[in-house]
Amino acid sequence: MYKYSDFDESFVRARVAQFTGQVERRISGGLTEDEFRPLRLMNGLYLQLHAYMLRVAVPYGTLSPRQMRQLAYIADTWDKGYGHFTTRQNIQYNWPKLPDVPAILGALADVEMHANQTSGNCIRNVTSDHFAGAAADEIEDPRPVAELIRQWSTDHPEFQFLGRKFKIAITGAPNDRAVTKAHDIGLRMVRNEQGAPGFEVIVGGGLGRTPMIGVTMKPFLPKADLLPYLEAVLSVYNTLGRRDNKYKARIKITVHETGAEEFARLVEERFAVIRPLFSGIDQDLLADIEKAFAPPAYRNAPVDGFDAFYAADPVFRAWADTNLTEHKNAQYAIVTISLKAPGQTPGDATSDQMRVMADLAERYSHGELRVSHEQNIILPHVHKSDLPTVHAALTQAGLGTANVGLISDIIACPGMDYCALATARSIPVAQGIALRFNELKLEHDIGPLKIKISGCINACGHHHVGHIGILGLDRAGVENYQITLGGDGTETAVVGERAGPGFAYDEIIPAIERLITAYLEVRLSPDETFLETYRRLGLGPFKAALYPEDAARNAA
Amino acid sequence: MAPRFTPKVVTANALLEGDVVYLTADDRWSRHHAEAELIEDEAHAQLRLLHAASQKLIVVGAYLADAKAGPNGPEPTHFREVFRTRGPSNYAHGKQVETGHV
Ligand code: SF4
Repeated sequence: MYKYSDFDESFVRARVAQFTGQVERRISGGLTEDEFRPLRLMNGLYLQLHAYMLRVAVPYGTLSPRQMRQLAYIADTWDKGYGHFTTRQNIQYNWPKLPDVPAILGALADVEMHANQTSGNCIRNVTSDHFAGAAADEIEDPRPVAELIRQWSTDHPEFQFLGRKFKIAITGAPNDRAVTKAHDIGLRMVRNEQGAPGFEVIVGGGLGRTPMIGVTMKPFLPKADLLPYLEAVLSVYNTLGRRDNKYKARIKITVHETGAEEFARLVEERFAVIRPLFSGIDQDLLADIEKAFAPPAYRNAPVDGFDAFYAADPVFRAWADTNLTEHKNAQYAIVTISLKAPGQTPGDATSDQMRVMADLAERYSHGELRVSHEQNIILPHVHKSDLPTVHAALTQAGLGTANVGLISDIIACPGMDYCALATARSIPVAQGIALRFNELKLEHDIGPLKIKISGCINACGHHHVGHIGILGLDRAGVENYQITLGGDGTETAVVGERAGPGFAYDEIIPAIERLITAYLEVRLSPDETFLETYRRLGLGPFKAALYPEDAARNAA
Repeated sequence: MAPRFTPKVVTANALLEGDVVYLTADDRWSRHHAEAELIEDEAHAQLRLLHAASQKLIVVGAYLADAKAGPNGPEPTHFREVFRTRGPSNYAHGKQVETGHV
C-alpha cells in the first residue's frame, strides 16, 4: 500500500503542531472565534448542532487495518465509541471536545492520517471508485493518479482560496461508481484508438442548490497531460469564478454562465501556457506511486469450498448474491460490508465493528479496506474460499446484512440530528424506510434500488441522483420531505425529477411504500428495475400513487 | 404597525465542549432551556445578545431563538431548537441523557 513520504510526514506533524498552538490561543483568548473559525475548518473541525465534529480525510477511500484500528481507538478515547462514514468517503466524529482535538490529530498523524482540506474553499479530498484496484471491469487502478492529485493539490499555493470548495472524483472503470458526473471535475479512464489509457474530463457537475450534470470538456486526455490540464481548469475557474455570491461560486455556474465551449477554449489557452512548465517530474512521481499500488500477491487455491457453501446455505447465498462484486482475479471477490442493518444509522460503525473489519482485512483481504461513498466498507480482495469464514465473522459483529444495492442500503446525510445547516432530519427517515421494508420482507423482490436522503439543499446525501431522492426541508416550521424520482449517479447520470408537493415527517414512509407498491404493480417483470420502469413510464403512475386524492379528483 | 415581538432566548454553543447553552437572567450559561431568560422586549434582546457575544472565552455563535413561556420555564417553538434541547434522535447521546431532559 502507498506509504507517506518523509515530506508528508513532517508536513502533517507541522500542521498538528500549528493547530495545537491555535487551539491553545483560542482557549486562552489570543484568538477570537472569527480568527479561529477558518483555521479550525482548515483542520476539518466544525461546530455542529450539539457538539464539534471532526472530519477525517480518507484519501480515495483507502484504509489499512492499522489505520482502521486507530480510528476505533480515537472513537473510544475521545468520542462516543463510533464513527460515521460519509458520502465523501471520509469518517466523521460527532462528539470531540475542542481541547482534545490536537491529541486526536496527533493520533491520526501516527497512522499517516489527517483532517486537512476536508473543509474550506480548496481542492478537497479526492474521491474514487471504491472498487478501485480490484474491479473486473477496470482499465487501470485510478488511485495512483488520485494520489498524484492529492500531492499536487495539498497546500497548492494558487488554489488555497478558491471561490468555493472544489471536488474531484476519479474512476478507472467504464461503470461509474464514483459519481464523476456530479463533481466539479470528474475523471473517467478511457482508452484511445491505439488502446492507450487516458481520461475523459468532465467539468462542472455538482448537486446542491443547482444540480447539474458535468460537461465532457475533453473526451480523451493523455495521462501525462492530466496535471497541467487540471491546473488549467482550476486556473480559469479561479479567474472567472464568482466571488460575489456564494450560491453562484461553484465551477458549474462558471461553466454555465461562460458557456461550456468558451470555457473549454479558455482552458486550452491556459493549458498551452502551462503544459511546457511540466517537465515530466510529475510522471516520474506517478511511476513511483504506481509501484506502491502494485496489486497484492494473489493466492492460487481451489474455490470449491465456496461453491459448496453457496449451494448449501441460503443465508450465505443471499449475502453472496447482494454483497459480492466480480473481482479481476476470478478466484477472488470484492466484499461490500453493509453498514446499513435495518434500523441502524447509515454509515455508522462502532469501534468494535471497526476492529473486526480491520482484522478481517488483515487476514483475508491482503491488508486493504475501502470506504464507499454509499457509506459501506469494502474488503477489496477476498479469496472465494475464505468467504464463508468472512461472512460468519461479519454476521457475529452485526455486519452481515445482505442488502447492498437494495432498498434498505440507503445513503443518508447526518441531517438535523447533527448538522448545523440542516433543515430537517434524514437519519430517522432512512431508519424508518429500512425497518418498514424489512418488516414487509419485500426487499429482494423489489431488487436494485437506490434511495438517497439529504437533510438540506446542500445535497450531501446525493438525493438528486437517487432512483428515489428525498430532500428534507423546513416548511413553515415543520419538517417536510420532497421526493425526486429517476435520478442516476452512474455513467448514465441524470438529475431526478420532482414528483410534487412534499410530505410531512409522518407521511414520508407511507408515501415511499405507495411508490414501491405502484412499481411492483406496473413493472413488466421482476427483471425490470425501478429505474428502468420509471424510464419507460415516466412520472405518471408514481405520481398517482403518491397523490391518490389528486388522481381520484382527476378521474372524477 | 410593527409586528409583535416574538419572545426569545439567547442560545449558543459552549467553546470547549460545543454543547448547547442558554443565557440566564442572572448572567449564567445554563445547559437547560427552561433556565433561560425569556426575553419579551426587542431592545432588551439586542442588549442581551451583545452581552452574550462578548463572552468569547465561554461561548461560540450566540443568537436569539424564538421561545415561549411554559409551566417550567421557557420552551422552544421551532423543531430545530427542540432538537437542540435534546440531542440526536438516533442514539441516546447528548442532553437527553446528560442533563436529565424531561
Ligand atoms: S445535506 Fe445539508 S443537512 Fe445533510 S449533511 Fe449536508 S449540509 Fe448537512
